[in-house]
Amino acid sequence: MIEFVNDLLRRILFLPEQASTFAIKVDRLHYFVAFVTVGTALLAGGASLYFMFRYREKKPMASTPVVNPSGRFEAVVVIVPLVIFMSWVFVGFRDFIWASTPPAGTMDVYVTGKKWMWHFAHPDGPNENAVLHVPAGRPVRLLMTSRDVIHSFFVPDFRVKQDVVPGRFSETWFEAKRPGRHTIFCTEFCGTWHSQMIGEVVVLAAADFDRWKERQRMGPLGDRTDASSSEGSGTEFKSDLLSYGRRVASVQGCFKCHTIDGTQHIGPTWNDLYMRKTEMATGETIVADEGYLTESMMEPYRKMVKGYAQVMPSYRGKLSAPESAALVEYIKSLRSNSLENMKAKEPAYGPLER
Amino acid sequence: MAHSNVNTGDAGLPGEEEKMPAISFWNADHSIKSWLLTLDHKRIAIMYMVLTLSGFLLGGILAMALRIEHLTPDETIMGANTYNRVFTLHGVAMIFLFMIPVIPAVFGNFFLPLMLGAKDVAFPRLNLLSIYVYLAGAGLLVWSMAAGGVDSGWTFYAPYSLSTPAELAPALFGVFVIGFSSILTGLNFIVTIHTMRPVGMTWMRIPLFVWGTYATSIIQVLATPVIGLTAVLTAVERLFGFGFFDPTRGGDPVLFQHLFWFYSHPAVYIMVLPAMGVISECVSVFSRKNVFGYNMVAYSSLGIAFVGFFAWGHHMFVTGQSKFDAGAFAIISMLVGVFTAIKVFNWIGTMYRGSIMISTPFVYVCGFLFFMVFGGMTGVAISSVSLDVHWHDTYFVVAHFHFIMVGATIMGFLAGLHYWFPKMFGRRYHEGWGFASAAIIVLGFNATFIPQFLLGNMGQPRRYYMYTPDAQTLNVASTAGSSLLALGFIMIAIYLGYAIKYGKVAGNNPWGASGLEWKTQSPPPKHNFDSTPVVDEDPYTYTRKGEEVEHVVI
Repeated sequence: MIEFVNDLLRRILFLPEQASTFAIKVDRLHYFVAFVTVGTALLAGGASLYFMFRYREKKPMASTPVVNPSGRFEAVVVIVPLVIFMSWVFVGFRDFIWASTPPAGTMDVYVTGKKWMWHFAHPDGPNENAVLHVPAGRPVRLLMTSRDVIHSFFVPDFRVKQDVVPGRFSETWFEAKRPGRHTIFCTEFCGTWHSQMIGEVVVLAAADFDRWKERQRMGPLGDRTDASSSEGSGTEFKSDLLSYGRRVASVQGCFKCHTIDGTQHIGPTWNDLYMRKTEMATGETIVADEGYLTESMMEPYRKMVKGYAQVMPSYRGKLSAPESAALVEYIKSLRSNSLENMKAKEPAYGPLER
Repeated sequence: MAHSNVNTGDAGLPGEEEKMPAISFWNADHSIKSWLLTLDHKRIAIMYMVLTLSGFLLGGILAMALRIEHLTPDETIMGANTYNRVFTLHGVAMIFLFMIPVIPAVFGNFFLPLMLGAKDVAFPRLNLLSIYVYLAGAGLLVWSMAAGGVDSGWTFYAPYSLSTPAELAPALFGVFVIGFSSILTGLNFIVTIHTMRPVGMTWMRIPLFVWGTYATSIIQVLATPVIGLTAVLTAVERLFGFGFFDPTRGGDPVLFQHLFWFYSHPAVYIMVLPAMGVISECVSVFSRKNVFGYNMVAYSSLGIAFVGFFAWGHHMFVTGQSKFDAGAFAIISMLVGVFTAIKVFNWIGTMYRGSIMISTPFVYVCGFLFFMVFGGMTGVAISSVSLDVHWHDTYFVVAHFHFIMVGATIMGFLAGLHYWFPKMFGRRYHEGWGFASAAIIVLGFNATFIPQFLLGNMGQPRRYYMYTPDAQTLNVASTAGSSLLALGFIMIAIYLGYAIKYGKVAGNNPWGASGLEWKTQSPPPKHNFDSTPVVDEDPYTYTRKGEEVEHVVI
């Protein structure tokens, strides 16, 4: 019964599907507010029309009684709207606090807005453009920033909206109730194709999501069974070289020995490694350029850095050419002053274009 | 029906021969110079009327262009960049050229001195200056938009407004300049109301239109400098690369929004408070009743002006401002709703046991009450924070502010225009046409914007050149409504234009109203009154001297 009433009111008011845990909460207040508003407006308009005919002029320039409100009437006139409005604001603010406080254990996604596209980065997984994959039944927190002007991330089906501001991180969260597809709009005017800055949230069942992520982690070549096939899932996924390189490093286990934050471990840290002047075990000094980095993957012991043991296996034959290139690009990006090195994957915004 | 009432209305002055007065402010002097350099508040008001209505015409044509564009989800008559420029110019023309100045500068200028029994406003030369400042600002705005292609929306949000290739700086200076016109008018009215009231007119005997104008003037004087400052900072940042709002230069884009709305929210009350004043006058006159709870209506205008200053943050719930701010701004915004509710109760209370003359202005009063309540309560709804998250920057907000800000202001303007038309032009318009066009406009307004409330519920964002196909039905409905609205306005232009020249001569007081402005000839002479009036009774007194009437307290 409640389901039916909810669905009926939702359709009457043209509200979209209630696809998040927040949607039903906010819609209940919506129904109440809409009911009171339409009722009061009709009452006010109706009362004035009724009075217009009830007290219409019987004879011109007639005398009328002098009518004034008592103190009690004035108090009622103040208190009744105050109580109604307070109830709206109280419930609205309570729900707003709930909706802007992510629960513990959310899955984080970094979101970057730019003219006129959404970019999503899963910290431990793939990057996506325009499409965001999330699991159902698990709270997802979005950490968002913009590369150029202000955008606003809006998913009507979730009743979620948050401005995406350059130079700041904003945060919102949602929990999708069931698998499905939901449109993302940009709701802060951002230029010519503001209206086409549209994306999609694809909600997958938890198991499907894990499978999807695993497949993405394999990289663009992961699903290939032979060199000629370029069709099928896996190849449709596009990514940049850096995140590909990082994925290769994590799949190949590089991080077991190499750190990216500058601390020393079994192998030399990758932070600031690129172009570093390094003293070799033989006493000579070399510059760690692309050639050296690639060589060290394939023949680790040819030029050993002073002070490290010979424990690294050769990756000759284990890394394809694109993978080793991506790995080198990734190492190049690891600078101690680089945003790449922070946990936030995509906080950068470019200078404004004139 | 309407006719018979009007005719009987004239019977209040039995035996009086109705003919146009030989000398009035219209024909006191015929030279062009006597108009362009006039210090007469009535001529300045008429010039303001021509200018603001030109702004309305421009904004209205652009609105129709936007509605036609939205007949289909993709391109209909214009490209994406053109669309962005058109909605920007629509907003700028309607807000800065029409709605902010229209009621204060036209009816305020014309009737404030008349209602106070004065010969003119306190500073006639400042008044003349204000119209040229308005002209300069309006010229800058329209020229820069036509030539520079400003596409940022009337809100000029940074950093978009800093990075768009359009030439924005002249438009921003236009906003700065036109603001001074508003400040000058406000200052003039405050001084006039304080110093030029006639003998016997205490503060609690001031007509409610004057109270509304007084509250408005305070906002104009105190808030307008903030938008001027914001516009100049943005222009300077664009031109010289200062870093106020651009984060790549150490600026803060959210700061821009705080500054912008610090003016632009109270600006809503600059538009609505004078309209409320007009409605207070009309309700009383056409009900032949004292205003029910005069003090409450007067104080609530000041209340709205005061709390209106502290409600701006409800435009920024989803910018990431602090959650505490959101709650505080929500409660303050709600107070505006409470003050408005007081007024609505009192207006309806004024009709109770009245003798209501069914006439065109009264239809606008009824329309006003509906838009005020519906638009006002949706406003409180939007400021109930969790609901705003869904509605923010969708068509729901567009529909809401068109109801409360545009609907109420237009209803107030048209009610005032019809109510005071006989006084300004000395002639009557045709009541049948007036009635029909008023009904068409109220219906057309609803037909235009109720579909937009629903579009907003669907989650259709505003300022979208293209929209998703599922929104087409409601968009077409809205466009159909807007054509009805356009028809209503065209009808008004026709029959009022006709009435100016050929209408029946009105006489001094065709409505039998009690205000001082009706105690002089129509149209008034240049010096307003032959003898300075003295006030010896409360305003809105509709009992004859010595007559005993029932006194009721509810």
